[in-house]
Amino acid sequence: MSHKRFLAWLLPALVTLAVAGTAMAADLATLVGNLAAGGYSERDAAITALAASGEARAAPVLEALSAGELYVRTADKVVVIARGSGKQLSLVDAVTGKEAGSASEDALDRIKVNNRLRGTIDAAMGALTLMNPDPKVRRAAAQSLFTRRDASSLEPLDKAIAGEKDAAIKRAMTEARAAIVLGTDAPAARKIEAIDTVRARGDRDALGVLLAAAASANAEVKAAAATAAESVRQRLDAWQAAQNVWYGISLGSVLLLAAIGLAITFGTMGVINMAHGEMVMLGAYTTFVVQQTLRSVAPQLNELSVIVALPIAFLVSGAVGVVIERTIIRFLYGRALDTLLATWGLSLVLQQAVRTIFGPTNREVSSPSWMSGSFLVGQIEVTYGRLWIVVFALLVFAALLLVLRRTPLGLYMRAVTQNRPMASAMGIRTPRVDALTFGLGSGIAGLAGVALSQIDNVSPNLGQGYIIDSFMVVVFGGVGNLFGTLLGATALGIVNKFLEPYAGAVLGKILVLVFIILFIQRRPRGLFAQKGRSVE
Amino acid sequence: MMTRFLWTGMGRNLRLFVLLVLTVGIAVPLLNVLMPQGSPLYVPSYVLQLMGKYLCYASLALAVDLVWGFCGILSLGHAAFFGLGGYCMGMYLMRQIGTRGVYGNPVLPDFMVFLNYKELPWFWYGFDQFWFAAAMVVLVPSLLALALGWFAFRSRVTGVYLSIITQAMTFALLLAFFRNDMGFGGNNGLTDFKDILGYSVQADATRAVLCFASALALALFLVISGAVVGSRFGKALTAVRDAESRMRFLGYRVEGFKLFVFVLSAAMAGIAGALYVPQVGIINPSEFAPGNSIEAVLWVAVGGRGTLVGPVIGAFLVNFAKTWLTGALPEVWLFALGALFIVVTLLLPKGIVGLWAQIKSRNLARKAVSA
Repeated sequence: MSHKRFLAWLLPALVTLAVAGTAMAADLATLVGNLAAGGYSERDAAITALAASGEARAAPVLEALSAGELYVRTADKVVVIARGSGKQLSLVDAVTGKEAGSASEDALDRIKVNNRLRGTIDAAMGALTLMNPDPKVRRAAAQSLFTRRDASSLEPLDKAIAGEKDAAIKRAMTEARAAIVLGTDAPAARKIEAIDTVRARGDRDALGVLLAAAASANAEVKAAAATAAESVRQRLDAWQAAQNVWYGISLGSVLLLAAIGLAITFGTMGVINMAHGEMVMLGAYTTFVVQQTLRSVAPQLNELSVIVALPIAFLVSGAVGVVIERTIIRFLYGRALDTLLATWGLSLVLQQAVRTIFGPTNREVSSPSWMSGSFLVGQIEVTYGRLWIVVFALLVFAALLLVLRRTPLGLYMRAVTQNRPMASAMGIRTPRVDALTFGLGSGIAGLAGVALSQIDNVSPNLGQGYIIDSFMVVVFGGVGNLFGTLLGATALGIVNKFLEPYAGAVLGKILVLVFIILFIQRRPRGLFAQKGRSVE
Repeated sequence: MMTRFLWTGMGRNLRLFVLLVLTVGIAVPLLNVLMPQGSPLYVPSYVLQLMGKYLCYASLALAVDLVWGFCGILSLGHAAFFGLGGYCMGMYLMRQIGTRGVYGNPVLPDFMVFLNYKELPWFWYGFDQFWFAAAMVVLVPSLLALALGWFAFRSRVTGVYLSIITQAMTFALLLAFFRNDMGFGGNNGLTDFKDILGYSVQADATRAVLCFASALALALFLVISGAVVGSRFGKALTAVRDAESRMRFLGYRVEGFKLFVFVLSAAMAGIAGALYVPQVGIINPSEFAPGNSIEAVLWVAVGGRGTLVGPVIGAFLVNFAKTWLTGALPEVWLFALGALFIVVTLLLPKGIVGLWAQIKSRNLARKAVSA
């Protein structure tokens, strides 16, 4: 350790101690009064002394000083905080914090600060906030010290750690101290101890501190810091992977919502519904209309507009679906490729109709407050909006499963899927079941539209963006198997999100498409293929 | 000898139709170039350009019909082959610009200079030669079709699944060509062409020749398709369309039939795209949009699938309606297009040609009754 650096570190500390020692006895008025006296170097000492007093008034006075709002009233030499604009400034007594009338600027003498003093004030403030009675402020102060790593804060930090009761804040403070120690010329043993503390913190800031420490001259410290940095990096990578899994699940839930209705119409009826995306779009526009209506009719329900929109969107899209089935699809059973063309035409008509009615631009659908914001799980950031969509997708999935397995309609639907002529012979009205099945699939698309209106642009093209992806999910998962759709959606979502950081969003998507093209070659009927005679 | 075989192998109607295509393909360019502007017989340049475009679309429609109408493979990605052929031609045209670009770089096209390319990517080599580009126009789409078809047909991916795969293919290409780092000009594509084989692409005479070449290509495709469909091979192809499993059980190698037609069709689409690009002056990734392929399928459906004349008629009619409606009533066009899809599939499963045949046979029946 060079003498010069040691002295540079030691001297302010000694001066601080000396001044602090004398100031301890003095009352607040003297401390504040000292700020006005002498030159810059005396003022520096006075600032540190005031901060060290731990008085409640110290913080506002120092803040005012830093902002250039601390004055001495020329008439009675009282230190005041003056704020306001124009000729008359309103005054507050710096010591008592009480109103002290007003005065023009001519009657006041500003206590000047320079940049060096501002630095001292900032450090002093950091130390002051460490003692703040509000735990949030103390935690924020510890966090900011960790990133700033200001050597002069070491001493107040030690004091704060000694007095701290809250274990979490105490840990944050210890981490900050360790980070600061790594930046100083402390002995190697102490530094290695500090490295351990920082390693335990294990986030991106900690990695930065450790990497800086790994550049140190001491071989022992260097090695310890390097291994610690490596372990932190591994942990961060693991968290990143977990975060990607979450993003993937979130994307998968969107895909699931868009694809599950398609799985029903495609799987049970063999109908390629290219207008499925437009059913989703109709659901999103229904949300928009419901929100607009509620805003003018019952503004107090605005927070619940999304929930109100759910059944309405289901009914709107479902009804359109039934109408489509009765007027177009039913003439095309057994001609899958023709339904594909007809429904494509239908999708063009629906898009253009919506464009004519609502205009080509995006429509604003606001999110309720319970869907905005986020929270942290470990290092994973989870937004409430996405969380609700995942929950919603699973609920829809469960409800659909229940309908298919536990209701008469589900029974008929399964019967018609497995053997249409036999079901018909048993007295099931297959045309009615077809219409209801198509309506159910379309209605679920409408529900998906409500969810998508929260995370995507509500525009006439909304559905088009999802149609190819949803087909991929259904084909990948296997037709006519809802669990296949669930698995397919989740798998594709996660794969997509894992490829994104390496290949970029677009290339990742291309890779997924190529993968599915190859996958279909291997398993032409998807992950969970239907077996038996009904397949052909 | 070969030509005589091809010629006599066709039906009388098809022969007449090929002659019609060639007549139009010669008359329209000639009337544009030779007639003075004021003459009533003068064909304006924009009509010439439209005619050239429609002829290329007709070739694309014929290619779609060959696989869909005769072999039952509904490809929703034929515009991808069309676009790839177009890109190959576009690359040749880009290399012909030379130092006349904005940046004046003798080797690198403008967009590469703009994107800070230091040297030409390897896949751009050779495209300064017309013969190489022409070979690629056929090879690139054919090889893609061969690879996709080989995998798909061998694993017996049929029907709807195949349609979805082809759609995924064109969608993947769309996304890929939108990327700037692909080296194909990103979403701006390739444009600002100057010369083709030393002649300015803007000149009326060049346009006239290109229009004629498009007609010639279409006529050639009609003859080839006629020969393929009319042969024993074509009979087997139709049988594959109607009863694939039965053909398999009879001992035919169904994959081979499908693969041959698929690759032939892709090559035809590629050539059509290559002729299309110099006439419209631009090629960009939007050619790969899934909607384009489906629209091409509609042309076939409107004209009449499973006939050779139908797709040509369909392509001309639908595109004429598109040109007219998007100009006169732009909001109505998508309604009309959508309605056309529905009406054709519901009411006209055999298209206009089928309707014509229906009316004719009804008249014959009436005559027979009255006689």
